[in-house]
Amino acid sequence: MLSRTASELYWMARHLERAENLARMLDVSYSLSLMPQDGRGDGLNELAMPLLITGTLESYVGWHGELHAERLLHFFALDANNPASIYSCLRAARGNAHAVRGRITADMWENVNATWLEMHSIAAEGLGRYGISQFCEWVKQRSHLFRGATFGTLMRHDAYKFIRLGTYIERADNTLRLVDARYEMFGDKVASISDDSAHGYYQWSALLRALSAFEAFTELYREAPGSRCVAELLILREDVPRSLRSCLDEINQILASLPGDNGRPAQRLVAELDARLRYTGIDEILAEGLHGWLSDFILLVRQLANAIQSAYMEAA
Amino acid sequence: MARQYYDEMYDARGKCRPHYQEFARWLAATPPEQLAQRRREADLLFHRAGITFTLYGDEQGTERLIPFDTIPRSITGREWQGIERGCIQRVQALNMFLADLYHGQRIIKAGIIPAEQVLANECYQIAMQGLDLHRDTYAHIAGVDLVRDGDGTYYVLEDNLRTPSGVSYMLEDRKMMMRLFPELFASQRIAPIDHYPSLLLSTLKESSPVDDPCVVVLTPGSFNSAYFEHAFLAREMGVELVEGADLFVRDDRVFMRTTAGPRRIDVIYRRLDDIYLDPLAFNPGSMLGVPGLLAAYRSGNVVLANAIGTGVADDKSVYPYVPDMIRFYLDEEPILANVPTWQCRKPDELSHVLAHLPDLVVKETQGSGGYGMLVGPAASKAELEDFRQRLKANPAAYIAQPTLSLSTCPTFVENGIAPRHIDLRPYVLSGKETRLVPGGLTRVALREGSLVVNSSQGGGTKDTWVMAE
Repeated sequence: MLSRTASELYWMARHLERAENLARMLDVSYSLSLMPQDGRGDGLNELAMPLLITGTLESYVGWHGELHAERLLHFFALDANNPASIYSCLRAARGNAHAVRGRITADMWENVNATWLEMHSIAAEGLGRYGISQFCEWVKQRSHLFRGATFGTLMRHDAYKFIRLGTYIERADNTLRLVDARYEMFGDKVASISDDSAHGYYQWSALLRALSAFEAFTELYREAPGSRCVAELLILREDVPRSLRSCLDEINQILASLPGDNGRPAQRLVAELDARLRYTGIDEILAEGLHGWLSDFILLVRQLANAIQSAYMEAA
Repeated sequence: MARQYYDEMYDARGKCRPHYQEFARWLAATPPEQLAQRRREADLLFHRAGITFTLYGDEQGTERLIPFDTIPRSITGREWQGIERGCIQRVQALNMFLADLYHGQRIIKAGIIPAEQVLANECYQIAMQGLDLHRDTYAHIAGVDLVRDGDGTYYVLEDNLRTPSGVSYMLEDRKMMMRLFPELFASQRIAPIDHYPSLLLSTLKESSPVDDPCVVVLTPGSFNSAYFEHAFLAREMGVELVEGADLFVRDDRVFMRTTAGPRRIDVIYRRLDDIYLDPLAFNPGSMLGVPGLLAAYRSGNVVLANAIGTGVADDKSVYPYVPDMIRFYLDEEPILANVPTWQCRKPDELSHVLAHLPDLVVKETQGSGGYGMLVGPAASKAELEDFRQRLKANPAAYIAQPTLSLSTCPTFVENGIAPRHIDLRPYVLSGKETRLVPGGLTRVALREGSLVVNSSQGGGTKDTWVMAE
């Protein structure tokens, strides 16, 4: 397959997955901002969280100055000038899909194209009138639909693999960042706040719901969510589809199945990361310090993404 | 000036020609609402499939449909034989001319073509001088534009030896007709054309000395007006559609960047003009080409189809010499006639042109696509005056021809069916042998009285039938 084609497919999947993850982030922050707050009581800190996680808070302040609920939401979800908005991600995904239209099925193309067209009319209507929860739900559903169309219609060849690769790289990064951000929200208080406090409960359960892992958690742990269990679930469990472990497991299998010698550095790196997760326990990670461990791993996943990029998409 | 037009369907007394009788019967028997409904269906299908072209110099409508007319242009088998033989003869002579021009230049030494006409031509590529090509083929794919005058004689209007386009419309028009009106194909023997892509692939493979060569289609990208066609042909042939950035040259060999590493390329069906091919050799600002491609080409490690420098043979100032080329190289009389042409670079011919400007068609020698031409009888006083000045300022850039009374074919227009002018472009493929599929692209000038059939100037297309004898 042409490297350019692989790159378009990979980025199409990344952009769609990113849009979904942004919607998940927005969903959890929005619902938490409605909770009774300790500080200013306006929920603005919570609403600024997604911007903090995506590293766009500074550019928001540059554009809009002080924090303002409606502007924050618009900037994060619909702003065409914000390259990290959900709107921009769906636009970019549609552009990638258009460039490789002959390589994906009509079902997939029509899904991406229709999503973009609908995004356009939602943006015209405005988030306030559409409803924030409903909007997040819509983005997730479109993403599910795309994955379903891909799974149900695309031939199992290299195109399929590069699409899956994009999905899992993006998802691994996102899961790491979300766990890190929730953990950071407690800051140093984490030790002092007992996990069964009401505040802790809402924090962690909101995160689990955002990652569609709440049901898995209750089934596996049968207790109120706390940092240790949640971290274990989202980092190390191989049977939770959005966990770091299952993302790396998929990436490992996909890379091992791709032809050519270019991919060796990427294949080696992912195998190392996969082994590290496989043979690590949560207590080891907590002893090392969760934040430090997560920050290191975010860099490693980025390194892996770069290795994939240079092995297959700039190959020569 | 009263004009006599040759109508493809009806003779001078208004009687339906024999090879159209079956169609005419069908047309009369089919309710108009049904026809209109099928035409809407065709539009919808073309839109959905994204069969579009891009118009240059138009800010709004970047992607447009080419209007498709459901009344076919039909050619008798006997007539087709003449067209086929004539096109093959012509393209063979043109390929021999190019091989001669870039080697011994016998035709110049024999005094048949003046040296300055070709050697000083912008499209003459010094880099091709002395380079041997496999099978001596320069124009692997040629489009020969034909028109019919008042008495029905076919004339060659121009040869297209660079990157002739439109063949995807020929194929899609046929697919559409068979889908909309299968009954027409069941009741008549219409020669098939669907094997064009496989013939094209064979031709491209035969252009290389390598066994089972790796073939790609090189496109300038999705913003090019003919991008749909590039993607279409690559898909139909089952080969990669590449852009310049997908290719690179190492040790004078061309590779494409793939996920499994570099892959060697043997044949490039390039839909990119000469000057964009290699920024190191031609236009240094070109982002579309491949640095080092010319060196690889000159080393014989890759085939370009068509070859570099074919433009010198389809230039309108060289066109008048094609009949002489046929006599010189093949020792045959031309089967297809040239349109009489005045070369404005010659002072006496220029004064004739200036004196008869309102009756003539004036074309730029380097122009194509119907841009920059004057149709005398349809031009305003100001346009005539404008061209008069341009001719005087730079006579060598123009040729003039009598205004041909292009043949007409019944066509659906707003108020029913009316005759509209048409031309014909068969596609001639030169590999082991020179061949073409029975048919071509028929373009129709949809505006009443218009003689300009180019899609960029509001032309449409028709399916082209060659009736089996």
